[in-house]
Amino acid sequence: MTHVLELKDVSVALEGTVIVRDINLQLPQGMIGCLLGPSGCGKTTLLRAIAGFEKALHGEIKIAGHTVSNQQMCLPVEKRHVGMVFQDYALFPHLTVSENIAFGLGTMSRADKHKRVQELAGMLKIGELLNAYPHRLSGGQQQRVAVARAMAPKPRILLLDEPFASLDVELREEIAREIRLVLKHDGITAILVSHNQYEAFAMADEIGVMRAGQLLQWSTPFELYHQPACAYVADFVGEGVFLQGKVLDSARVETALGVLGGDELHGFAEGSSVSVLIRPDDVIHDDASPTTARVIDKAFRGAGYLYTLALGDGSQVQSLVPSHHRHAQGEMIGIRIEMDHLVAFAA
Amino acid sequence: MDKAPEGALSSLKTGFSNRLPTLGILLLCLLLSVPVLTILASVTNSSDGVWQHLYDTVLGDYVTHSLTLLVGVGLMVLVLGIGPAWLVTMTRFPGSRILEWALVLPLAMPAYIIAYTYTGMLDVGGPLQLWIRETFELRFGEYWFPQIRSLNGAVVMLSLVLYPYVYLLSRMAFIEQSVCVLEVSRTLGATPFQAFTRVAIPLARPAIIAGLSLVLMETLADYGTVQYFGISAFTTGIFRTWFGLGSITAAAQLAAVLMIFILFLILAEHWSRQKARYHHTSNKYTRLPQIELTGWKRAGAMTYCILPVLLGFVIPFVQLSMWAVDTWHLIDKESFLTLFFNSLELASITAVIALLLGLFITYSKRLRPTLATRGMVRILGLGYAIPGTVIAVGVLIPFAWFDNTVDAWMREHFDIATGLLLSGTLVAVVFAYLVRFLPVSLNTLDAGLGKIKPTMDDVGRSMGLKPLQILRRVHVPIMRGSLLTASLLVFVDVLKELPATLILRPFNFNTLAIRTYELANQERLAEASSTALMIVLAGIIPVIILSQTISRSRPGHDART
Amino acid sequence: MVRKLSLVLLAACSMPALADVNIYSARQENLIKPILDTFTERTGVKVNLVTGAADELIQRLTLEGANSPADLLIAEDVGRLYRAKQAGVLQAVKSSTINDIIPAQYRDSEGFWFGLSLRSRVIIYDKARVNPADLSTYADLADPKWDNKICVRSSSNIYNQSLVASMVSRNGVAATEAWVTGLVANFARNPQGGDREQISAVAAGQCELAISNTYYYGGMLNSTNAAERTAAQAVAVFFPDQNGNGAHMNVSGAAVTRAARNVDEAVQLLEFLAGEEAQAWYAEVNNEFPVRSDVAASEVLQSWGTFKADNIALEQLGIHNAEAVRLMDRAGWQ
Repeated sequence: MTHVLELKDVSVALEGTVIVRDINLQLPQGMIGCLLGPSGCGKTTLLRAIAGFEKALHGEIKIAGHTVSNQQMCLPVEKRHVGMVFQDYALFPHLTVSENIAFGLGTMSRADKHKRVQELAGMLKIGELLNAYPHRLSGGQQQRVAVARAMAPKPRILLLDEPFASLDVELREEIAREIRLVLKHDGITAILVSHNQYEAFAMADEIGVMRAGQLLQWSTPFELYHQPACAYVADFVGEGVFLQGKVLDSARVETALGVLGGDELHGFAEGSSVSVLIRPDDVIHDDASPTTARVIDKAFRGAGYLYTLALGDGSQVQSLVPSHHRHAQGEMIGIRIEMDHLVAFAA
Repeated sequence: MDKAPEGALSSLKTGFSNRLPTLGILLLCLLLSVPVLTILASVTNSSDGVWQHLYDTVLGDYVTHSLTLLVGVGLMVLVLGIGPAWLVTMTRFPGSRILEWALVLPLAMPAYIIAYTYTGMLDVGGPLQLWIRETFELRFGEYWFPQIRSLNGAVVMLSLVLYPYVYLLSRMAFIEQSVCVLEVSRTLGATPFQAFTRVAIPLARPAIIAGLSLVLMETLADYGTVQYFGISAFTTGIFRTWFGLGSITAAAQLAAVLMIFILFLILAEHWSRQKARYHHTSNKYTRLPQIELTGWKRAGAMTYCILPVLLGFVIPFVQLSMWAVDTWHLIDKESFLTLFFNSLELASITAVIALLLGLFITYSKRLRPTLATRGMVRILGLGYAIPGTVIAVGVLIPFAWFDNTVDAWMREHFDIATGLLLSGTLVAVVFAYLVRFLPVSLNTLDAGLGKIKPTMDDVGRSMGLKPLQILRRVHVPIMRGSLLTASLLVFVDVLKELPATLILRPFNFNTLAIRTYELANQERLAEASSTALMIVLAGIIPVIILSQTISRSRPGHDART
Repeated sequence: MVRKLSLVLLAACSMPALADVNIYSARQENLIKPILDTFTERTGVKVNLVTGAADELIQRLTLEGANSPADLLIAEDVGRLYRAKQAGVLQAVKSSTINDIIPAQYRDSEGFWFGLSLRSRVIIYDKARVNPADLSTYADLADPKWDNKICVRSSSNIYNQSLVASMVSRNGVAATEAWVTGLVANFARNPQGGDREQISAVAAGQCELAISNTYYYGGMLNSTNAAERTAAQAVAVFFPDQNGNGAHMNVSGAAVTRAARNVDEAVQLLEFLAGEEAQAWYAEVNNEFPVRSDVAASEVLQSWGTFKADNIALEQLGIHNAEAVRLMDRAGWQ
């Protein structure tokens, strides 16, 4: 499989301060990647270095097999054939929607431009807006136009900087999924930057979690969720709590929820103390179960309740329970653990 | 919005702009700064006791009179400019649509011409006082009448023609303000007037200060009015020292002191404009809700807005027209047309060059805001506040030196006499105009560019465009309004300019302003009126276009619907 | 590039041809162009003209140096002609034609400049309130009896400077300063406006006396503006110092520049301007006195009667100009 984007030991500094250090990642053709992390983690800086707006301090960046940046050279933005969608969309106020979209279609014939604009407008459902000016559009519409404009010249890779941050919360995931379909339909390789894991999950095939300039893990959303590489990733992605436990043997750990573990080896020494990640979906409500816990809080989540439960030793776990099971605070309920992988870190 | 700091674009870091002629910009700025630097350099020379004489006798007057002018004009333009700007933007009353642009008209009226005109009408021997004396059989001194030729008179004259700068810029700010913040303030219990004083004015403050600083610089540079009124201010002092006391050094030093003072004004203005970046409130616009005024409010608003136009334009215009009709038979019509076209030609050429240079310099500064470019732009900014004659001499000195050096060299090596290549040509005249008026263009374009988000540049670059292509396809169309404003302001300023033209022009070349000045200088005001009127008429159309441009500057705000 | 080219072209168009006479003139276009046109008609020599303020033209001449295109400098007063000579931008002319016509006190002793028309700086008084018998000398204007009764323009004006300079030349700095101090104390208002405004102020009753050049008064008498004519008729001219040195005189004049390349044509023009036709024209168009006694003054001027003119060598006014300015600064003449 060819990689459209390859980063080797890339570091970026802004005004003398190293913001991003030693990043390695690869993104295959047609895949959508996401750099996920809290604000200030360096994800936007890394994206801008990929685009060419910032210069890499060292390391190598390759786009579609061509080196665009290394110790010796740094190809300017306009020669990298990247498309970019900005957080504020940056639509040109003096141009109509169709003129905005056609902006990057330099040498194409008028007919071809028209065709490409129509094609994108169709995919992004903005066909009726083509003659409007940007200031008449809603935020979501502006966002679609910005994506269409960036996609129009068929860039080697599409870069999206916090593309959904300016949208209403309820729109974000919906539009993220739509745009994912459009990108997939067009076979475009893309990388986006986000601080919101749900956007990331809705949009990306591969996600990299960043913290303080470092890439902690680069893998699929499923792996990230179920096999986080470190406690920070486990905590940042999804909900869940850590339970203290003692290693019984190479595959099992004893916790307040009983003995956990399965077939896989966890690699800790027998008898050592570990923290075990317990996701809400690992804890199943089962009235028949001998293990019980006290309900101390519950939050309605539509299809289910997220219960916070106190175990015998006072430690807490969370459980996602279908909403037809209704229990009051203080009630004791039966639970059992159903987990595929034991995720444990040194305590 | 925390990505790229304003003004420091990403291109800086990727080495792209290295290929732009940064050095060229610096050289260009340096070239244009030569006159200013020539004057500043004089500070180190010895002036043989002239300073002591000035200090002992007249310097105190120069300083107090100039400061009085600054404070008086400053306060008066705020009153004349801001109130009407708010009223025509936020309310509707009979005539408000016309006043929107009519309030700008005094900009077409040179200060010295309005001073001539009012003097002709209001002076002791003028028709009004004559009528009073005849009708009531009084002698002078037996009735009260304001003294037109006085410091107060000069304050009024200058304010009447300079307030449009404050009006224009504060109106632009009011138009761009988000209605939401005003509505929020209303929901918090503020009356419309409180919303104006507590929200709108503070938000518009940077624009108001920018307009005010233009006014103050013009006031400091004014020579015609204070000279005509016999006020000993800094500008008149420079001439007196130079010619009366025969000390060009001391005169240049006075000018240098003036410049240093102005530098402080410019820095203050710059500082306020930097703060403006935090003041932009919204990029979503709804139509401005204009309140229909009724009753005494309507009458009050009408009076308030009509008064500046009436005093600053209509009355002097009518008086000039009456004089022009009286003296039309004395006018040499043939040369009249030549004068008109000469004036237009100079104004257009300068406006176009100032626009191109201004765009080139401000865009380079955007791409590469080094200390050197910013410093140079500051020094160039001084030109606007320097009296035209001082600039003219600042141009004469290096040009004549250049010409004579080239001539001497050519004679020595090739036995060819080149004579004066640049001195005494229109090149020198236009160059002096640029030194004087490029700051207007720079300020306007800088502000215009500053409003374009850096991500616009980034989009262009990510689409494979080079900086000049981005300038052409993105910035220029977005800032059309600023481009038009910059060139029109320069155009009107050149039309009105007198002293530099007078000193530097070639043989047999006259302009409307020169003819007006010569006749007025012979105290033949009535005969000067036709050319004065032509200056005003030639300025009106650009001024109206200017006003319309600003009305349309609100995105989605169509001035006519 | 295009704009540079067009500017160079523009510049080229406005460069004068070499055989013409090129003039820097402080005398304004409408007061000189007609007679220059007549000169061209008579001689075929083309004249190129730049007008401007004298001091600035002299500055331009100085800076342009040997390459200056100007052949002739025309100034409106002797102070400036003297300054130009001092600045070293003039050259001496030996023309017996001119020397015969123009009296010695109205030209430079070394031939650097020549007066071409005369004006006197006189007292204008309110016919209704001032008895001309009370008027006598310039010195008398400092007498407290004129307290709050005198109007005069700013001391920045060269005619006032020249008047004071002539006094410095005769009486020395201290005596002149005492006189100026007394005069300033008699001002009815802060100095402002031009000479015509002073006359109007007298007519309007703001002051009783004004100091003015004769041609301004003449211009008002002939004005197209009825109000100005009325004002002029309410006042009259008084020539001071008739029992002493005579009324203060000044000249407008011309000089050939040091850089002149068309000296012959320039001198030819000088001679023409000193000639009868031009002299009569000066008198007629601007109410100035001819510099030669064989040409009659205009009717208006004659109606004021003959008077005794001060015959001080006018270069003295130039010599003492800077002293005069400092002295006026000290005496508080704005």
